[in-house]
Amino acid sequence: MTLFIEQLINGLQLGTMLFLMASGLTLIFGVMGLINLAHGSFYMVGAYATALVSAATGSFLIGLAAGIAAAAAVGALVELIVIRRLYHRPHLDQVLATFALILIFSEGTRWLFGSSPLWLNAPAALSGSIALPGGSRYPIYRLVIIAVGIMVAVGMYWLISRTRLGMRIRAGESDREMIGALGVNIARLYTLVFAMGAALAGLAGAMVGALQSVQVGMGEPVLILAFVVIVIGGIGSIKGALYGAILVGVVDTLGRVFLPLFFRQFMTSSEAAGVGSALAAMLIYILMALILAFKPKGLFAAND
Amino acid sequence: MIKSTTPSLAPRRVPTPAASWHDRKHLVQIGLLAVLLLAPLSAYLLGHVYYVNLASRLTLIAMAAVGLNLAIGYGGMVSFGHAAYFGLGGYVAGISAYHAFDFTPVIGWPIVIPGSDSMLAIWLATMLVCGLLALVIGTVSLRTSGVYFIMITLAFAQMVYYFANSWPTYGGEDGLPIYLRNSLPMVDTQDPLTFFLICFGGLVMSLALTSRIMKSRFGAALTMARLNETRLATAGIAPYPIRLVAFVISAMITGLAGALYADLNGFVSPTMLSWHMSGELMVIVILGGVGRLYGPLAGAILFVMMETLLGGLTEYWKLFLGLVLLLVVLFAKHGVMGWLAGRERP
Amino acid sequence: MKKLANVGLGLLMTASMMAAAQAEEVKIGMITTLSGGGSHLGVDVRDGFMLAIEQAGRDDIEVLIQDDGNRPDLARSLANEFMQRDEVDILTGIIFSNLAMAVVPAAVRQGTFYLSPNAGPSDLAGRMCHENYFNVAYQNDNLHGAMGAYMREQGFEKPIILAPNYPAGTDALAGFKHLYEGEVADEIYTQMGQTDYAAEIAQIRSSDADSLFFFLPGGMGISFMKQWQNSGVDLPVFGAAFSFDEIIIKAVGSAAIGAMNTSLWAYDLDNEANHAFVEAFRGTYGRTPTLYAAQGYDTANLILSALEKAHPDDQDTFREALREADFDSVRGEFRFGPNQHPIQDIYVREVVEGDDGEPTNRLVGIAIEDIQDVYHTQCEM
Repeated sequence: MTLFIEQLINGLQLGTMLFLMASGLTLIFGVMGLINLAHGSFYMVGAYATALVSAATGSFLIGLAAGIAAAAAVGALVELIVIRRLYHRPHLDQVLATFALILIFSEGTRWLFGSSPLWLNAPAALSGSIALPGGSRYPIYRLVIIAVGIMVAVGMYWLISRTRLGMRIRAGESDREMIGALGVNIARLYTLVFAMGAALAGLAGAMVGALQSVQVGMGEPVLILAFVVIVIGGIGSIKGALYGAILVGVVDTLGRVFLPLFFRQFMTSSEAAGVGSALAAMLIYILMALILAFKPKGLFAAND
Repeated sequence: MIKSTTPSLAPRRVPTPAASWHDRKHLVQIGLLAVLLLAPLSAYLLGHVYYVNLASRLTLIAMAAVGLNLAIGYGGMVSFGHAAYFGLGGYVAGISAYHAFDFTPVIGWPIVIPGSDSMLAIWLATMLVCGLLALVIGTVSLRTSGVYFIMITLAFAQMVYYFANSWPTYGGEDGLPIYLRNSLPMVDTQDPLTFFLICFGGLVMSLALTSRIMKSRFGAALTMARLNETRLATAGIAPYPIRLVAFVISAMITGLAGALYADLNGFVSPTMLSWHMSGELMVIVILGGVGRLYGPLAGAILFVMMETLLGGLTEYWKLFLGLVLLLVVLFAKHGVMGWLAGRERP
Repeated sequence: MKKLANVGLGLLMTASMMAAAQAEEVKIGMITTLSGGGSHLGVDVRDGFMLAIEQAGRDDIEVLIQDDGNRPDLARSLANEFMQRDEVDILTGIIFSNLAMAVVPAAVRQGTFYLSPNAGPSDLAGRMCHENYFNVAYQNDNLHGAMGAYMREQGFEKPIILAPNYPAGTDALAGFKHLYEGEVADEIYTQMGQTDYAAEIAQIRSSDADSLFFFLPGGMGISFMKQWQNSGVDLPVFGAAFSFDEIIIKAVGSAAIGAMNTSLWAYDLDNEANHAFVEAFRGTYGRTPTLYAAQGYDTANLILSALEKAHPDDQDTFREALREADFDSVRGEFRFGPNQHPIQDIYVREVVEGDDGEPTNRLVGIAIEDIQDVYHTQCEM
């Protein structure tokens, strides 16, 4: 039972990590109607900048700030040069252009910083673990990630429902022509929103990078997962992204742990581990197909 | 089979302008095919087998993209999961040859299906298996549209990918070698030029099929389903079955290309099923020009040439590939075919 | 369009003339992974290989290098390009087993020599072995098996073992169990490319294991070790060098310290050839070599030693010369078994804090002497 609760927390934690990534992606889609495959590249930019700056300054916090700033800056630049030419194009062109951006970012990063993974660790104050009721222990840094995820969710809610910028974003989501007529500078709004989305990805990369390998291509697996999340939640909906992320995080974690245990009742432990893990790998995609089969626009469809 | 609900494939009488054989588009199309046919022929005569195999690779990638183009370009169904059919076709060829080599049945119960190293049997099986998979995936996916369709097709392809990756019987991630290229009666498929001609035949057939479909009443309905669903519905035709049939045919073409691709490489692995492969096929379709009959061929020529030439020049070749793709999508809106042959008349 | 065709044909012609002009010298085609994930392995194999070639100072050897992007079909196409267009005598360079399986069987059947500087899938050591295929690195099970033997000898009674769910992963655990011989507490399979291991670590914590053995190559190992450090689980950690090369442990940082790993080579291994190699590599590339660099270096030196005796065109003599393995290996003694895979000592290293404060590997001792893969009995040659 303790194990089950601990795994549930792990699922939540994976969910918040995914939410950090998915929130930016869904925001960009909701406001601009843009499919951004290059979102994983901003994640990588955030992690690289954090790793390089915190290695140079010795401070994770300065590195984190640099990571977010770098991702936002790169995001704004990419929007100005490439993305703004794509808003009125079919999804197909957007997929191709942002696919090209993945290649450019990955190989460009390798060119500049080499093929070796970089060093990036959580600050010493946040390493170690605390005791959970029931005798188990949980890493502090992962709890911090959960906290940051909740802060981002609350912050986004506040931003969108309570601020002027949020009002414009909501207006943009429901009627793109309308806000232009209201005298809002759409070009600037779009650049801002895109940079914000990139900054969120950069934050995710920096936070999660301390737990993972900081290397070229690190954004791709998480990009696919983030897409699964926002599609399940309903594209464009921040609320959907939050629920989707937690659902995917919990289902994936529990599947990985309990499917092999389940199959152990019918076969040898070696075989069960293999079959269970194979099925666990497919589980979230099965979940996604099931949800879309019954709710073709996801759980919390915003608009389309 | 589908006649009761969908219009027939019989040619629609379209007034063809008499001058059409002389216009730029047709010259480009004939030129592309001629280059594809003559380059490996001359390379073969000069004794450069490598270029013949490169041409076969190019031809098969083009053929897979022709299949995808039917879904994306003509049907407006942006599938991000066509690698599933490409790879599945490859696995049909691989698994069938594996069992033929071992003298064991592919399926032993409830009916016995023996392995076979005959290409004809493999092609038939590929069409069946890929068609069935596409029928299942299409039935579910076509309920969605737009970005949801893109992502749900990706999700299904990822399922197949992870399954192949971790299923040990046929090699898992290590893949499955085909020791001896599968055979055709009275033809030496081992000969590179002969094999190229088979691939070339496959490409021409799939181009002809696509062209015929699009000139039929069924094709007109498919176009209408893409452009204006409501008008099609007012004509008393449901768009869903039309799209589904087109999706299945598209998957069959891509699957056949995959079966031949496995034979070309003598090898099939889950890489053929990965989302990068789906992305590459999409890139080729867009590079060439979406919804242009010969677009996939033009796109494949450009893509494989870039891969081969840039790959020899620098280890950062993907960076330049990315730059070229970006420039094409930003500034050559209608792909290579749009640039070579002018814009398609509506 | 005609123009394009002419250019295409022109390219064909020039390339063919270039190929014809250089028939006398020895051509080596290297297909290796230089881009994308896992590219630091390919870079080190290449750099180690080229270092040996340059040290030899022979201008009649041409090495052609191409990036396979970690894709089997591209590797296969590049192999065709090397064999059919450039007519290379020897192929080498492939890092990953699944790429080796796509390239090697066809290449050696067509009469080209293939020398593996890294991958050693079981099929190529066993039922698909070939007289033109030499493995200069290891059979995939070697390092895992050696660690199994070492842990048994050290008196661990209930290791929990973990690997990704793909052929090399299941082989790794099977290889470990084969030489460990005892019962394991549990075995866990993760997914390929998995980045979060919280669930697996919780499982390990709740088990009654007394030690952990894992095989997670490349980035997966980095992620796992970082997350392991903060989890508060206090089990001794064992693995193979694939998760503990010099580049990886620098990225993992202090979390790697204390982990034991098996390797066929260590940079502080005490023999003359190795001293010279490590010094030259550091001098040329400004970094400490990994085992991949050492394997690349050994592969090149093996080729050079055989070239002293025969040109690869004289296939039988050249093959015999390769079999003799008459070169100074940086890993000490080196010889081939009947299936042309190495019979070698496997060492144990411990990750410690180096003089510069960064983690580094230190040689501890020998895990197992003269290990030979179990597949050689299936090899009919």
